[in-house]
Amino acid sequence: MSPNSTAVDAAATARVRPARSLRLRLHSRSAIAVLMCLPLLILIAGLVAYPFFYSIYLSMLNKRETAFVGLANFAYLTTRETFWMVVRMSFLFTFLAVLWKAVLGFTLAVVINTLPQRGQRVWRGISLVPWVMPLALSSLGWWWIYEPTHSALNWILVVVGLSPKPWLSDPVWAKFSVILVNIWYGTPFFMITYLAGLKSIPVELYESSAIDGASAPQRLRYITLPMLKNIIAVTVLFSTIVTLATFDIIRVLTRGGPRQTTHVFGTYAFELGIATGDVPLGAAVSLFMFPILAVSAFFILRGIRQSTA
Amino acid sequence: MEQMEQSNRRSFLRTVTAGAAAATLAGVPRVARAQTKLTFGLWDHWVPGANDVLKGIVTDWGKSNRVDIGIDFITSIGNKLDLTAAAEYRAGSGHDIITLGTWNPTLYKEKLEPMSDVAESLIKQYGKFQENATYLNFQDGRWVTLPAPIGSHTYPLETRMDIWKKSAGIDVQEMFPADVKKRDKKKIDAWDWKMFLAGAKKVHAAGFPLGASIAENTDSNDWLGPLFASHGVFPIDEKGNITIEQDATLQVIEYLKELTKYMPRDIYGWDDASNNRWLISGKGSAIINPPSAWTVAKRDQPAVAAQVWHHDMPRGPKGRWRGALPFSWGVWSWSKNKQAAKDLLLYLSTREVQWKLITASQGYDYPALPAFFNHPIWQEIEPPKGGQYNYPVRGDEKLIVAGWPGKQEYGVQIYYKWLLPTMVGKVTSGGMAPKEAVKWAAKELESYKRG
Repeated sequence: MSPNSTAVDAAATARVRPARSLRLRLHSRSAIAVLMCLPLLILIAGLVAYPFFYSIYLSMLNKRETAFVGLANFAYLTTRETFWMVVRMSFLFTFLAVLWKAVLGFTLAVVINTLPQRGQRVWRGISLVPWVMPLALSSLGWWWIYEPTHSALNWILVVVGLSPKPWLSDPVWAKFSVILVNIWYGTPFFMITYLAGLKSIPVELYESSAIDGASAPQRLRYITLPMLKNIIAVTVLFSTIVTLATFDIIRVLTRGGPRQTTHVFGTYAFELGIATGDVPLGAAVSLFMFPILAVSAFFILRGIRQSTA
Repeated sequence: MEQMEQSNRRSFLRTVTAGAAAATLAGVPRVARAQTKLTFGLWDHWVPGANDVLKGIVTDWGKSNRVDIGIDFITSIGNKLDLTAAAEYRAGSGHDIITLGTWNPTLYKEKLEPMSDVAESLIKQYGKFQENATYLNFQDGRWVTLPAPIGSHTYPLETRMDIWKKSAGIDVQEMFPADVKKRDKKKIDAWDWKMFLAGAKKVHAAGFPLGASIAENTDSNDWLGPLFASHGVFPIDEKGNITIEQDATLQVIEYLKELTKYMPRDIYGWDDASNNRWLISGKGSAIINPPSAWTVAKRDQPAVAAQVWHHDMPRGPKGRWRGALPFSWGVWSWSKNKQAAKDLLLYLSTREVQWKLITASQGYDYPALPAFFNHPIWQEIEPPKGGQYNYPVRGDEKLIVAGWPGKQEYGVQIYYKWLLPTMVGKVTSGGMAPKEAVKWAAKELESYKRG
């Protein structure tokens, strides 16, 4: 064997090894998983991660975006009466809307679940209509229902002998109106999720409890609710995130009025950032949502982990 | 570079000369240039057919000047026009020429090509622009944008003359006839906010209240701004002093407490179209609005439209003011064909082109150059004949965009943080003491100075 042939073999082995190793890697399940997730990861990086970090960067600039001001924008916001009004409204809006969506969604799911299979399909379809309609469009429909001067709802109230209500022109009624639309829109999401959860509960549990003489409220309390606990937690978390970031309903119905009393983080950030050109302050307003959501997510997810451990 | 600038100046001067003369002689002025491209973001006009006329004019100019022009008509509904400008400003790319809403020249001036050469040549030819247009477009010693007649509008009183004459004994047609020479100074001087309030009580009693919003919309600013101004109240002065805490502010708020008793109670939830609907429905006897309400009434309720007369606002102790919302045209600094863009805008601003555009908009577009107020459309459009004659300012009114005369950076916040409607609404709807509401406004204004 010549020294040259040894060198040639070594070179050939070197050429073959990376090719084989690449093939091996491609064959491994994790490599395929990464490859298949890559488009999604790129999308998330481009459309979620980048805007998130960019908004953090923006929130730390001065109004003209010419100087770094650290947390000054956040500190400034805490001194503004209007901002605290926005915080209060955002919490009120989210708390009441999520609570009612969960209660109504659960009730609807239980009622639909008791219907015969054929009837279930029809009612399930009808109940989903608010959720599948584009929100901006349905908000416009609601605007016509509430419209200050020619409200269809007021017309009905007058016909049945009641007094018309200032749906959008009084702060209390306006808050009620926008929360109601959010409940109307979001309830089907809860309903369909809970319905799926109800279907997964073994019928034997209900049958054996019935034999043991459990009443309907007892079955609800000791079987249904514990079995749906994690689903309820996840839907509440998901809905809290989406509801706190509401924009369309308030923008279309009240534009934050009357007297700025129905602004939430999203609409107030828009007003500051786009209308008055103070993008850093607008970014700071929208970032106030982040710690609130992070804390909520932490506790809810911890609860789920503990209950499944 | 210098050679290129000289060449640009030469071509620009040629256009200036051509703009006035050639438009009438050959239809469209021609400037020798290599084939170039331009993109133009234009406001999507609500008047049917107005876009087509403008597109035709722009396209013809492009053909004559070897410029391939792409036009996008962008609606202002849902703030799309503002959002487009904001997105292009941040991205540093987009159209060459963009239509900018009232306060956008202030927000985006760092990335806009100065338009002083175009504006000054127009001033030389036609005289000064209106003061409010100058305020919004001329900043930091330069014309950052050019006043755009398309979309610009003012807010006169739009009165049902039959109702006011019968129920309040006020004949607005006689007071503000379709000929400025026939105006009776005594009668016009008597037309003040007190007389307006007395009339408002009577039309309310007759079942036809006047309606003006006090909410988060531009219409609210465009009648409250003039009302406060006519009492000498400007939230921030030109030196940056907060001047809202004064007796006159309290007087106006007290006045509004009284006036709003005779308006629909839902004005606090109105949007920009609500007052139009109020007038068109036949329930309302007056609104403060551009002639768009009349145009829709002409289509849907001709009997109402035939009784609508546009005229001057009431006078206050410190003069007579009317709201205005001018639009602007800006050329982004990244445009590769700035000179062609300027040539086109200059051409569009000439009297000959303006004449066609004002006709196409049925008189809605309000020229920033008073030299064009003698367009016959405002006298001819009907019914009633002469009902829009007073849409251009004919008498002693001054135009104001709420926020003037404060520095534009403060003005935009006064306007879009809805300072005036919120302050007033806190009292007239929320029950807050006037002094407390004014204190709140002063505190808000202090925060607008944040750098």
